[in-house]
Parts: sequence; structure tokens; C-alpha cells
Amino acid sequence: MPEPLIKIEGLYKLFGNKPASVMPLVHEGRSKDDILAETGHTLGLKDINLTINKGEIFVIMGLSGSGKSTLIRHFNRLIDPTEGVIKVDNIDVMKLSSKELEQFRRHKMSMVFQRFGLMPHRTVLENVGYGLSIQGKSKAEWTAKATEWLETVGLAGYEAQYPAQLSGGQQQRVGLARALCTDAEILLMDEAFSALDPLIRSEMQDQLIELQDKLHKTIIFITHDLDEALRLGDRIAILKDGEMVQQGTPDDILLNPATDYVEAFVKDVNRARALTVETVMKPPSRRITADTIAEALVQMKAIKGDYGYYVNADGYQGVVTQDALEACSDDSQKMSNKVWEDMPGISPDAMLESVIPETLEGKYPLPVVDEDGNLKGELSRSNLAGVLGGGSAENDAGKKSVIEAKQ
Amino acid sequence: MADSSWLTKFPQMDRVDLVEIRKGLDSAYRDFSREYGEVIESVFDPLLMFLVWFEKLLLTTPWWIIIVAVAALVYLVSRSWKLSLGVVVSFLAIGYFGMWEDTMRTLSIITVCTLMAIGLGIPIGIVMARSDKARSVITPMLDIMQTMPAFVYLIPVVMLLGIGKIPGVIAVIIYAIPPVIRLTNLGIRLVDSEVMEAATAYGANPTQRLFGVQLPLAMPTIMAGINQTIMMALSMVVIASMIGVKGLGQPVLKSITNQYFTLGLFNGLAIVALAIIFDRVSQAYAKRTQRHMQGIENA
Repeated sequence: MPEPLIKIEGLYKLFGNKPASVMPLVHEGRSKDDILAETGHTLGLKDINLTINKGEIFVIMGLSGSGKSTLIRHFNRLIDPTEGVIKVDNIDVMKLSSKELEQFRRHKMSMVFQRFGLMPHRTVLENVGYGLSIQGKSKAEWTAKATEWLETVGLAGYEAQYPAQLSGGQQQRVGLARALCTDAEILLMDEAFSALDPLIRSEMQDQLIELQDKLHKTIIFITHDLDEALRLGDRIAILKDGEMVQQGTPDDILLNPATDYVEAFVKDVNRARALTVETVMKPPSRRITADTIAEALVQMKAIKGDYGYYVNADGYQGVVTQDALEACSDDSQKMSNKVWEDMPGISPDAMLESVIPETLEGKYPLPVVDEDGNLKGELSRSNLAGVLGGGSAENDAGKKSVIEAKQ
Repeated sequence: MADSSWLTKFPQMDRVDLVEIRKGLDSAYRDFSREYGEVIESVFDPLLMFLVWFEKLLLTTPWWIIIVAVAALVYLVSRSWKLSLGVVVSFLAIGYFGMWEDTMRTLSIITVCTLMAIGLGIPIGIVMARSDKARSVITPMLDIMQTMPAFVYLIPVVMLLGIGKIPGVIAVIIYAIPPVIRLTNLGIRLVDSEVMEAATAYGANPTQRLFGVQLPLAMPTIMAGINQTIMMALSMVVIASMIGVKGLGQPVLKSITNQYFTLGLFNGLAIVALAIIFDRVSQAYAKRTQRHMQGIENA
């Protein structure tokens, strides 16, 4: 059961001289452009409601100007909202005094910045230990911890360098180590990998996923890159012009875009890399569970076809064909591995990309089998073509089958 | 006829009124200075004592100890043998040409003025960087300080405190302090906002942000301001000598009135030598403390 850690309710942010006096206009539902023209105030965020669970990677995605960087700065109140409630671990962040807020920032959250935000006059080690050093920890203590984290991100040996002496990717590793060094439960990542070149970016994504498997932090990740969002996110929220357009799991967003805007976004995504077998497969309808050949033949008739997947008490065994069953001389014979053909199943968690060759080459749709050997579904060529072939709306058939499979 | 004279002649205030205003202001200020002059003077007494003590120290210490001490200080700050050697050579030349005492007097007053200008200027610059309101008040004041001819603000200072070291110091500081204030403000305002955000996001309090991030990162700019302040203080030496500040300025003043070209030139060159020493040493120090910038140059 997911445990909510951060809650944002009815968050509004107006930029301008007298935001409070303009709020009534916002509540009247006037558009962003109207408000700007009439009052000179920019509506940065409008009625944002979010719940972020413990231990998940929550991605906030949007193009530049969508308010995503403004939103992430509300979590630790680098920016104060005009209206709204921010609760972290049941602490109302808006009610903290400036001293309490400092403590909250020191222990609860840490942040990684797009342009790294490293202090150029401090060495790499001093940068990593910065959070602990301002907490008043002794030098020995933060040095030890910072050294450890530098090693974890793969930068051992760079302790005495200055940030300007490192490459972009290395600098962001320092940024990441600095964020992890305070042991804060929540990690805010503001376009953390956007300034890096593609190869380094995907390396950093891998590293983040790997670290997250060990650390189970709650990560709020901002990005403008949907591929990155789909890759990292347990859940994704899409922002447009300061409004939340859609919230959901990556599959949800890909397969059921809520608006044209999201759909346009999703269109160019490489679905083979973003979707798993589980989301595309059909429920298993060709299950053969009989003990004897005769019973198997009966079951085969019932499922209308000339093949089936044989499952016994030990789970999925292989594929049986009508021809093979009929070729047996004795009907009362028990099912045995001479009757079924060996056909390896694919994992429901596998990315579609990785199973394309098998799907295309196989004589039959591929059986989807989980770790315990249970037959979960089957993946046919037409399934695959349906999802990968069309955009989203154009290919209704493929989409429908996918949705059915999910239900 | 009489009615249209304002077209050809500026409709000026009545002479009598103008004289009244002048007299009124002058006598009011005179009364003020008679009334409070001594009190204000006594406020500056500790500074005066320090100035006298410091000057005496430089004058009574044997010349070779001073040269060794200065050379050592220069080396400590700049870590450059060449610079230290240059300083020794120029001090020897100054002494050889008979300007040792005047140079020591100038050195003492300039050192004190610069230290005071830095001590006052950096905090004012910090205040200015923190509040736009403070900036909008201080900026025009700095403009006035930099453009008002030095002689003009010398008058009230002399009226209030008489002739001597303290009015000289005040005049020099008024003239020389604007760059360090302006550049402290500028340097802090130019600190990368993401770095500041990072400090805030990790829970740094305002003091930690100021001393841990803003001042260190603004240091190159602040050092440029300090450098300018030193140069401007030195350029005030001659004017300060008009109100009785002893030192290299007085021979220059004497040379102007008596047309002694060579005397003026020598003393002028001694001022230049001091200026160059201050400049190079402060710059070498700034460069050495900003080692982290080296990476940027290499990259």
C-alpha cells in the first residue's frame, strides 16, 4: 500500500507586485493571458494538487515555461506560493518559522540543480560535505561521509579538485553526491540531467535507478524529456502553462493521453522502449491443463485452434499442437515432455523492444510467464504491431486490445 | 519694458536675499561647529592617537627594519620573489633621494585610510546588495561623493575639525570609499543565483550564506574595488596636504607654488611607486586566493 509522503493542495502562484489582490480574478477562472494583460501579473501555477508516495520516483514533466521549475521550488519553499497547502510528512511547510524551515531543509530534503549549483570556491569534497558542514557537523564527520558518497558515485580520487576542473557529467555526480550526503529522505531533482549530453545522461539515469534500488528515497524529478520521464518515473505528472494536465503511471500516459497536448507529446515516444510486455499482452486463453492426451484434445477443441500452452502443477511447460496430440497412438497416455514442444516464455516485465525478434520469428504467439512459472498471457505479432505501429488515436484496434489486456 | 527684461536676462534671485541665505547657512554651520566641534573632535581622538602612534612607529623604526618587514609582508601576501625585490629596490631609491620620512608619513596615512575605507565600505556594500531600497538611497550619495570637488567638502570638515590629520583622513575616505562600496554590492549581486539557491536549499542561514557563499564568490570583484580605493586614496595625498597632512603631498604643493620642477617630479614618482606597490601586492593576493578559478582558465 503506497504511503503518501508529500501532499500539495490547491497550490497557486502568481508573479507580480500585488498577487493577493489579483487572486480573485484567478478564482473567477480568467485565463492566464487575460490576467497578464489586465494586471501585469503572471500566473505561474494554477490549482496544483499532488500526492507523492514514499519511495517513488515522481516525475513532473513539461516544456519550458510550464511552471515545473517553479513547482519544485515550492517543496522546500525556495519560492512561496500565493495560495495553497504543502504538507510533507504531515508537517505544514507553510507554517514553519524561518528557523524551523532551515532545519526542515537541512534534514528533510536535498536538491540537485540543472546547472549543478556547485560552489566554485570549494573543493569537490567540501561541496559534497556542504550540507553536513552547515548543519554544524565536525569536519572529520562530514569528510568521512563525503568521501564515502564520492566513491559511490564513482568519483573517488577527485576530492581535492575544484568543480571547474571537472566535466559536466562529473559535476552533476558531485551534485548528486552532495544531495545524498545529508541522508535526506526526499530528493528534489530540477532538470538534473538536462544539461548533459545524451550518452552521459543515460548513464546518469542508470546510476540513479541503481541507487534508488538500494536507497528507496522519495524522488521528485523535473524534466522536459518524455523519454526520461518514462524511463525514471513511477508516476508522471504533466504540466502545461502552470496547470496539471494529467497524472498517472507511464503506461497510463502513453496509452490513455488525457488531452491533445499530452497526445502530441506522446506521439514521438519510442513505445518499444517505454512499454513492458505486461501492458500489451492478451490474457491467456489457450491454457491446456489436462492430464491425458484425450482430455487435452477436448480442451484443444474448446479453445478453437490448433495449439495451446500446457500448464501443470509445476507451472508453464511448453506448447502443444493438435497435430502432436493426434499423432499419439494411445489416447489414455499421460501428458509428457514428448508431447509438448519446448518454447521459452517471456517475462511480463520485459521491454517490448527486447522481445520483438522472438515475437516475429515464433510460430505461435509468445507465452508470457512470470518468475514463478505462472502463465500470465500471450503476446502475438498483431498485438505488437498494433501498439508499435500506430500513433495513438489512429490505431484504435491496437489500443483497444491493449486496454482490454490491462483490464 | 521692465516687464519683459526676464526674456534677455535670467530672472535671478535678489542679491540681498542670496547674501542672506549664504550668511544664514554659514553662520548656522559656524554656530554648529563652535557648539559641537569639540565633542565631535573628541570622538575622533582615538583615531588620531592611533594615526600619530602608527606614524611615529614608521618614523622611529630604523629604515632597514621597515624594508625587511615590508618585503616580508609582500612576500607573505603575494608569494612572489620578484615583487618583493621590486619593493625593496623602490624603497631604497626613495630613501636615497631623501624622501624616506615623507614616504613613511604618506604610507601610514594611506594604510589607515584604506583599512578604514574597507572596514566601512564592505558592510555598506553588503547592506546595499541586500536591499534595493538601501541601494536607491546610497547610489546617489556615492555619485555625489565621487563628483563633488574635494575642495568643497574640505571646507565644512576644516571648519568643524580644523586643520590636521583627522580632516585629511575624512577627506581621503570620502573620496576613496565609493569604489569598494559599489563593487562589493555588484559582486554580491552577481553571485550565481543557482549557487545561492543551493545554499538555501541545504538550509544555510543568512550568515552562512553571506560568509560561506556570497563574500567568497564576490571576492574578485571586491578586490577590484579595494584596489581602486587604494589608488584613489593615493591620488588624494596632494589635496590632503593642503589641510596640513604631512607627507609626500607637501613637497609637491611647495613645488607648485615655487616652480620646483624636479622636487615635484621626485615626490610624484615616489607616490607612483607606492601606488604600484599597493596595486601589485593587492592583485597578487587576490589572484592567489582565487586558485579555484584556474580550472576555468584551463578548461
